[in-house]
Amino acid sequence: LHAMNTVVAQLQRRFQDYLVSLYQQGFLDNQFTELRKLQDEGTPDFVAEVVSLFFDDCSKLINSMSRSLERPENVDFKQVDSGVHQLKGSSSSVGARRVKNVCISFKECCDVQNREGCLRCLQQVDYEYKMLKTKLQDLFNLEQQIVQAGGAIPQVNIN
Amino acid sequence: MPLDCGVSCLRRSEMIGIGIRELESPPLDSDQVHVLAVDDSLVDRIVIERLLRITSCKVTAVDSGWRALEFLGLDDDKSSVEFDRLKVDLIITDYCMPGMTGYELLKKIKESTSFREVPVVIMSSENVLTRIDRCLEEGAEDFLLKPVKLADVKRLRTYLTRDVKVSDGNKPKVPEDLSRFSSLAMVTPPPPPPPSITSVKSSSSPPPSESSISPVDSPIRRMEMRSPGLD
Repeated sequence: LHAMNTVVAQLQRRFQDYLVSLYQQGFLDNQFTELRKLQDEGTPDFVAEVVSLFFDDCSKLINSMSRSLERPENVDFKQVDSGVHQLKGSSSSVGARRVKNVCISFKECCDVQNREGCLRCLQQVDYEYKMLKTKLQDLFNLEQQIVQAGGAIPQVNIN
Repeated sequence: MPLDCGVSCLRRSEMIGIGIRELESPPLDSDQVHVLAVDDSLVDRIVIERLLRITSCKVTAVDSGWRALEFLGLDDDKSSVEFDRLKVDLIITDYCMPGMTGYELLKKIKESTSFREVPVVIMSSENVLTRIDRCLEEGAEDFLLKPVKLADVKRLRTYLTRDVKVSDGNKPKVPEDLSRFSSLAMVTPPPPPPPSITSVKSSSSPPPSESSISPVDSPIRRMEMRSPGLD
């Protein structure tokens, strides 16, 4: 039993450190903390489900914006702007800070119809959402391990 | 078991199934606050629905202004009073939506006899004062800056409760089976139109339901308090 407790404590510590590092490295902001507040024993997968929908959104929007930006002589900047707006909104709602920040630059490129700039931002937003997806996957795996070891998910205070 | 962001395939398809159509809660209990949430973003709908559920509201979430009007029975310009009208205590809507904006939806609601008394809250990711002013002038109860937080929704909840208490006090006694039709237009004559708001910078003139917003709580001031560091 003592061994089990140590395992749980170690996992909890790893989880806590990992989550804090994600904030410190700017992957996540306060809105992610807000989402975690909405999760409880009755809805233990809430955050995972919301971010999963967010990543689906990212993939879909990036694909459609990529198509709009494809031909230099015929760029649908209105469509791209709409896509960036949606992406900025949903990234903001889940606390995906880096993704959101790229969207801010992306919008600026769109406003001045800078196709090259848009393409760079598109590539960057693609990179950032995939990076975050990997990081959060690791986080949720840690969560899962804690639960399977019989432990509780720590409340983590981010200052 | 391999995990995809912690969600198994079955749960995910369930989730997607929920996301495609309206999110609806179990059958209404007349004492529970029922909120109609309107947002074209699926992610935002899921979040707002959860925020509201956590504060003990029943929620119906739809993805457009048209669907909202359809839900309220306002979509075909029928002005007849329908006996089985829904009890909706609050409407919360995104501002920027394709097709019908939140502002346009607000106007339609305030033009209707059956739902003009229902508080309407606008959400927006953009902190634009002219936008806020326009919405308040049109009769919006409040304006929330996205991303919406639990504290925002809790605050909505407090003045909503006050509203319900006041209207319960003023309502004439009705038989048990009619009591769930709390929309005032059903049981009382329609109130006169609200006085035009001449100033929106200071605390707005109280809406007929008398839940006046004090200067400390005014949306403008909240915006000022919250805007540093956001966006």
